[in-house]
Amino acid sequence: MTEGIGGSRRLVLRGGTVVDATGERRVDVAIAGGRVVEVAPDIASPGPQRKASAGGASGDDAAVLDCSGCIVCPGLVDLHTHLREPGDEDAETVASGARAAALGGYTAVVAMPNTNPPLDTAEAVSRVLELGRDAACDVAVAGAITQGRAGERLAPMAEMAALGVRIFTDDGNGVQDAGVMRRALEYARDLGVVVAQHCEEAALARGGHMHEGGWSSRLGIPGVPAEAEELMVARDLALVRLTGARMHFLHLSTAGSVALVRAAREEGLPVTAEATPHHLVLTDARVVSFDPVFKVNPPLRSAADVAAVRRAVADGTIDAIATDHAPHAPQRKDVPFDEAAPGMTGLETALALAWTELVTPEKTPEKTQAGRLQAAVPAATILGALSWRPAQIAGLAPEHGGPIAEGAAANLCVFDPTEEWTVDAAVTASRSRNNPYAGMRLRGRVRHTVRRGEPVVIGGELLR
Amino acid sequence: MTAASRQDAAVARTGIATSALVPSANAGSPEETRGGSAVRGMSAPAAANGPTRGAPRSLLDIEGLGRDGIVEVLRLAESFAEVARRPIPKVPALRGRTVVSLFFEDSTRTRLSFETAAKRLSADVMSFQASASSIKKGESLRDTALTIQAMGVDAIVVRHPSAGAPARVASWVDVPVVNAGDGWHAHPTQALADCFALCGALGRPLDGGAEMLAGIKAVIVGDIRHSRVARSVTQAFSLLGAAVTLAAPRSLLPPAPETWPVAEVSHDLDDALRGADVVYVLRLQAERGAGAYVPSLREYSARYGITAARASSLAPEVRIMHPGPMVRGVEISSEAADLDRCLVDDQVRAGIAVRMAVLFLLLSSGDGASGAELGGHD
Repeated sequence: MTEGIGGSRRLVLRGGTVVDATGERRVDVAIAGGRVVEVAPDIASPGPQRKASAGGASGDDAAVLDCSGCIVCPGLVDLHTHLREPGDEDAETVASGARAAALGGYTAVVAMPNTNPPLDTAEAVSRVLELGRDAACDVAVAGAITQGRAGERLAPMAEMAALGVRIFTDDGNGVQDAGVMRRALEYARDLGVVVAQHCEEAALARGGHMHEGGWSSRLGIPGVPAEAEELMVARDLALVRLTGARMHFLHLSTAGSVALVRAAREEGLPVTAEATPHHLVLTDARVVSFDPVFKVNPPLRSAADVAAVRRAVADGTIDAIATDHAPHAPQRKDVPFDEAAPGMTGLETALALAWTELVTPEKTPEKTQAGRLQAAVPAATILGALSWRPAQIAGLAPEHGGPIAEGAAANLCVFDPTEEWTVDAAVTASRSRNNPYAGMRLRGRVRHTVRRGEPVVIGGELLR
Repeated sequence: MTAASRQDAAVARTGIATSALVPSANAGSPEETRGGSAVRGMSAPAAANGPTRGAPRSLLDIEGLGRDGIVEVLRLAESFAEVARRPIPKVPALRGRTVVSLFFEDSTRTRLSFETAAKRLSADVMSFQASASSIKKGESLRDTALTIQAMGVDAIVVRHPSAGAPARVASWVDVPVVNAGDGWHAHPTQALADCFALCGALGRPLDGGAEMLAGIKAVIVGDIRHSRVARSVTQAFSLLGAAVTLAAPRSLLPPAPETWPVAEVSHDLDDALRGADVVYVLRLQAERGAGAYVPSLREYSARYGITAARASSLAPEVRIMHPGPMVRGVEISSEAADLDRCLVDDQVRAGIAVRMAVLFLLLSSGDGASGAELGGHD
């Protein structure tokens, strides 16, 4: 990984506009040895003056990536990716999921532990970390909070933390027992790691397959009320108050949830939160087709919830946009709605969806339904939610998400904010096709992804 | 009347070609389908059975059928009800066609009704009863549907415990699909039968205006939450102009009942029954766990059952309906069930006539030969 361009060659990203946590500027970026070596308005083609550094390397041994008209930003970081390995390699592998991530502009993803077997031991974690070493993006791992994700006995968090695990979650399940959750928060605080909760009160959600509301009523599909999520958000905020531990809320989807987190932040509680692209874009009205591609947990919510979560992204209550990329093999979706597995893919569409719907919104049918977001969200807010904020939460900064400056790790995303394209579920690096955006017209497309100084995507195509 | 002119008249009255019908799921582009702006009911492409094989029509729910579609079915059903009164109650309208009933849930009544309807149209009938064990073998609904289609059937009648399963089947096969009840979602042919039976009992002419239940107050009482019948009947009655009142404890109402096309939601049956023209009684769906929604059957029966005392307090012209099977002593007393103005038998008879009409409409368009034989026994 340190040979080739990352080693001796110099790579110049020319003609783009850099956007990072420090602001926006029209500069070229030169990379060598896996790091940013120069940031300047107009970096000349690599010439003889550059060849001093790498003994014997020719000055011609250099590359330029055309970034004209593009935004150059820190590589995206996904806090919430299901890579399905081990156990469900039909749906995804670490390698295929990482390739999809790279195509989506991601340079790092956090793999969720709800595999089979689950990632609840140091041994299981290290296997996935090993699989991730040769992947197209960096693969961090979230460890399980409890053994077997059963919500009863704590998993060996310190042993996993020693391998670099910084986030723990039983994602797919909420930790139902408040006493267990309290102990997890206390123990995590000592380790300096983050506990992340899938907020779902099982007793209230049981049997439900979509958001409870007018649509579930009409379609006769048992619903999950918004309160099933909000009850656990409220409970966990109380536990954060009790323990003083740092906590992260996964995939918040309701107006009530974001209101609770907003109030908690004002109170000064050490909590962060994420929302998924689908909860910012799709509503429960989609289920009218009975197509399980629209089944997901938490479920697609009402238009009012979508509008509230969008506002929470705009005002920073939601720190991160995380994909909850959840690939499934066809046999898990070619079934009646209530028998289908929940989840949808998202790595290759997240940036374009956020750009289209939040940064440069126009009138679309779905948006008319979703009760309208006032003004556009600033580009830096959205890129922050896709890159530097999740990088900080996952403990991956500044290697990922850090400002683009001399000496910084060269994990970068280059995308054209004006290119329009139509989503095709069959055109993907993922092993799965459960893409709910098929047929949608999106604006903003990833052109190049540079990981540790090395291009992994050029011109929208994977290099390997 | 000759066979041909009778058929012409039927087609003219029913307008089966395209009127009031919308494209079905697999007719639309992916964008349209995913947009999900329309619920599909019965749909009719220009050439359903032509060589280019357009998208099939299907009957999935009442919303998709719409008011005009309901009226079409009811008017055609009137002709078929006449067939039932003949010495040999059979017409060759669908001779050579095969209808399969694909049932993933026990339902002797509905299956018999569909199969009787198909046989009276001279269709061949196959029956697939998925037992618990065959489902456990792991064959998917999709593979089962494709296997049945490969046998060369012309229509599939689907009963399934999952809401939307018939819509899924319709998206996989290219023959018409009839929803014979899916989860809590819809039971459109039951609702059509109920409209037919009620119009008959009230003397409302089917060839009048489209709002043949205008001015009628219908009270639907019972386990509405878990009832596909309640969803379809509410929509159908409402589309035909009736004012519908839902009466149930809140625990047995669906979420957001005010979003249903109803005039009123009541938690007091006696109050709701004032001024009612018809009371539609639903079974308490114990097999769907409804028992957890009320403390006891005794309490439920006292508050929401059509007890003998309640029945006798109703005005004599108030009709009582029930989709069956009745659980006497719970939602309806024996005394009430046996009253002349209880339309249960009419509903069953109407069920065969409307299912004949539905099968005929779905299977005969685009192929004049078989349809032209309607009434051939004359």
